[in-house]
Amino acid sequence: MSLLERVAHPDQTKAWYGEIPIQNRYTAGIAGERFFREIKDHGRFWGIRCPHCDLIYVPPRLYCERCFAQLEEWVEVPTTGRVHTFTVVHIDLDGNPLPEPRIVAFIQLDGTDGGLVHDLGEVDPEDVCIGMCVEAVFKDPAERRGSITDIRYFRPVG
Amino acid sequence: MARNRVAIVGAGMTKFVRRAQETAKELAWEAASKALESCEMTLDDIDAVVIGTAPEAFDGVHMKSEYLSDGCGGWGKPVIRGYVGGGTGVFAPIQGWYHVASGLFDTVLVVCEEKMSSCQPHPQGAFLTIFDHTTERPLGPNLLWIFALEMNAYMTRYGLSKRDIALVSVKNKRNAADHPAALLGDPNITVEDVLNSEVLAWPVQRLDVSPVTDGAVAVVMAAEHVARRVTNKPVWVEGVGWCLDTAYWTNRDLSYPTYVEEAARMAYKMAGITEPRKQIHIAEPYDPFDYKELHHLEGLLLFDKGKAPEATALGITQRDGDLPVCPSGGLLGVGNPIAAAGLMKVAELFWQLRGEAGARQVPGQPKRGVAQAWGDLMQVGTVIVLGV
Amino acid sequence: MKERVYDTVYLSEKDFETGRVLYETWVPNARYAWDAGIAIGRYLAELKAGRLVGVHCPSCGRILVPPRMFCQDCFVPTDGFVPLQDTGTVVTFSICNVRWDMVRLEHPLIPAVIAIDGASPGMGILHLLGEVDPQAVRVGMRVRAVWKPPEEREGAITDIRYFKPLE
Repeated sequence: MSLLERVAHPDQTKAWYGEIPIQNRYTAGIAGERFFREIKDHGRFWGIRCPHCDLIYVPPRLYCERCFAQLEEWVEVPTTGRVHTFTVVHIDLDGNPLPEPRIVAFIQLDGTDGGLVHDLGEVDPEDVCIGMCVEAVFKDPAERRGSITDIRYFRPVG
Repeated sequence: MARNRVAIVGAGMTKFVRRAQETAKELAWEAASKALESCEMTLDDIDAVVIGTAPEAFDGVHMKSEYLSDGCGGWGKPVIRGYVGGGTGVFAPIQGWYHVASGLFDTVLVVCEEKMSSCQPHPQGAFLTIFDHTTERPLGPNLLWIFALEMNAYMTRYGLSKRDIALVSVKNKRNAADHPAALLGDPNITVEDVLNSEVLAWPVQRLDVSPVTDGAVAVVMAAEHVARRVTNKPVWVEGVGWCLDTAYWTNRDLSYPTYVEEAARMAYKMAGITEPRKQIHIAEPYDPFDYKELHHLEGLLLFDKGKAPEATALGITQRDGDLPVCPSGGLLGVGNPIAAAGLMKVAELFWQLRGEAGARQVPGQPKRGVAQAWGDLMQVGTVIVLGV
Repeated sequence: MKERVYDTVYLSEKDFETGRVLYETWVPNARYAWDAGIAIGRYLAELKAGRLVGVHCPSCGRILVPPRMFCQDCFVPTDGFVPLQDTGTVVTFSICNVRWDMVRLEHPLIPAVIAIDGASPGMGILHLLGEVDPQAVRVGMRVRAVWKPPEEREGAITDIRYFKPLE
C-alpha cells in the first residue's frame, strides 16, 4: 500500500537522524603483536610457517587455517616482492577527486605464500605492471608506532 | 519426518576475560581447537561449520562470520552464521543440530565468539540501537533501562525484595569459583555485598549484572554412527525450541517471559518431556542479571510463576539441591561474552552429564539437562534439552 | 575439564595506556537518516500538534500504540488512527544513575513504561517521569504528559518533556 502512495510535498516525508556513537579498538593479537613489533623495532618482516601444509603465512597468524595446527615456526622473510595486482584510485570515500591518484597494490612477498596490501610510491601509474619487483620503504624508526603505516609504501626495485 | 539422532561429542572454550589480547579470530581458534582436541578429531573430520557471533559493532568488523570463519575451521567448508543476540549461544547448537539431523552432514563444528572489549568507550554504545531510533532513542536511554524496567515489573508483580533476588547472584558467583574459565567467581561473596553495590539503574545494582566480557566456546556435534565411534558417552540432543516475541516491548507483560515458555514447550514436546520438574535434572537458564535466572526458570515451567525466588531461598537450586540451577556459575559467575555465553551453558551440561565437571559436578549422576538463552530486545528464547 | 580451557591472555587498561600492547583505533562514522514511515510519521506530526495517537486493528479490535501499519498479532493492515488521551498509568519504572558509557549522572533519570489511556490495556510507551521524587514513584501511579510549548515542538517524542503525577 505505502509503496503506491504519492507524497504531495517533500515536507510530508520525514526522516529521523541519529548515529551509533562508538569507536573500535583492535588489539594486534598474539601473532600480530610480534609481526608489528618487528616492523617497528627492526624494520623487517616476519612470517610463520605451517610444517604440515608447507606454507609461509604473511602476515603471520597463530594457527593454520587449513589444518588448524598451532603455528610456532617464525621465519624472517624478505622485504621485497612482486606486484600481484594493483589499482589506481581517483576518488575519496565521499566521491570527491583525490589531489593525486593513489596506487594500491597487493604485493606478494618473495619466498612466501602471503603478502601485504599497501601503497606504491616513487612510480607513475602508467609504469606499474603486474609482476613488477618492488621493495618496502620504511618510515624513520622514530616515526614508527607498530602499525602497517610504518611502511611508507613499496617502490620499484632498481 | 525422518530425523537422525545427533550428539555433542566434544567441547572446548577460552578463558572468559575482561579484555583479551587475542584478536577475535584467535579467540575463535582457541575454543575450536580445544573442542576438536577433546574428541581427538581434526578439521578434516568436520563437514560443516556453524558460527554464532553478535553484532558487528562490537568487534568493529563488517560481516563478522566471514572474518571469523578461518578461526572457526571454516576454510573451504559450508559455513552458516546465526545471530539472535544473547540467544545465539543456544541457537547455534540448534542450527548445528538440524545440519546433522537433516542428514545433510555427519559432523558439525559449532563456534560462538564475542570480543566486546574492542567497542569503545563502552559496548553499550552499540546496544543503544536496540531502542527504536525515533520513538525511544531521543529520550537518552541506555541498555540498563530495559532490564531495570523488566526487573521492577517482576518484583512488583510478585512482591519480591532485592534480597530475594540477590541470592541468585551469590549462588552463581560462588559456583563459578570452581570454573577454570570464570572471570567473576567469588567463593566468599555475600548477599550484603550485592545489596551494598552501586545502584546503576534501580533496581539494578552493579553486582546484579554480568559485565562486558571477551571469550569463545565451541562444541563438536555428530550423527549417531559417528558419535558412537568417537566417544563412549555421547550427549544426545533430545529437544530444541526457539521463539521470538514482539519488538514492541512496551506492549508486553514484562513480568513473564512468554517467549521462553513457547520455546521450552517446543523443546519438551520433541524430547517427550511431560513433567519437566521431575524429568529435568539440571537447568542452565540464561542469567545476565540475577532476576533473569528466576524469570527464565518460571518460563521454563520448572517453577510456578513468582515461585522461583522461594525455591532459591530454600536451597533447591544449589548444586546439591533437588534441581541444581547454573552449576557452572552462569553468566553472573563465568562472564557474559554475548554469543558465547549460552554455548558455555551447553558445554557445562555436556561435561555435567558425562561426569566430567570436576569440582562443579552435580551429584547423583544427572541424566538430562536443559540450557536456555535469551537475547535481542528481551525477545528471543532458545532452548535445548540434552540427555545421556 | 581444565584442559578444555585455553589459557587466553588477558589485558588491563594500563597495557593500552602504556603502549605495552599494540592496537589500532577506528571511528566508523555511522550516521543515519531513518524514514519515519507511514505510521510513525503521523505519530510525530500529531505529537507536534500536542496529541498522542494510536491505530485500530480491524481483526482483533485492539487500539495499538505506538502506531503501526499492521497488527503484528493478526498480520493485517491497521485501518485508522485513533486519538488517545495524554494521561496514563505507570506499568513499571526505574531510577537510573548512569549514562550509557557508565558515567554517573548528576540527577537521576526516571524512565518508565506508561500505559496510555484510550489504547488497549497493556499498551505502553517508553518515556520519562518528572516533577516527582524518585522515592515516591509507584507502579500503578496515574500520570499526565507535560508538553513543550507549541513553538518548541518539532514532531518528536521529546515534544512531551516527561509525564508527571496526576493530582
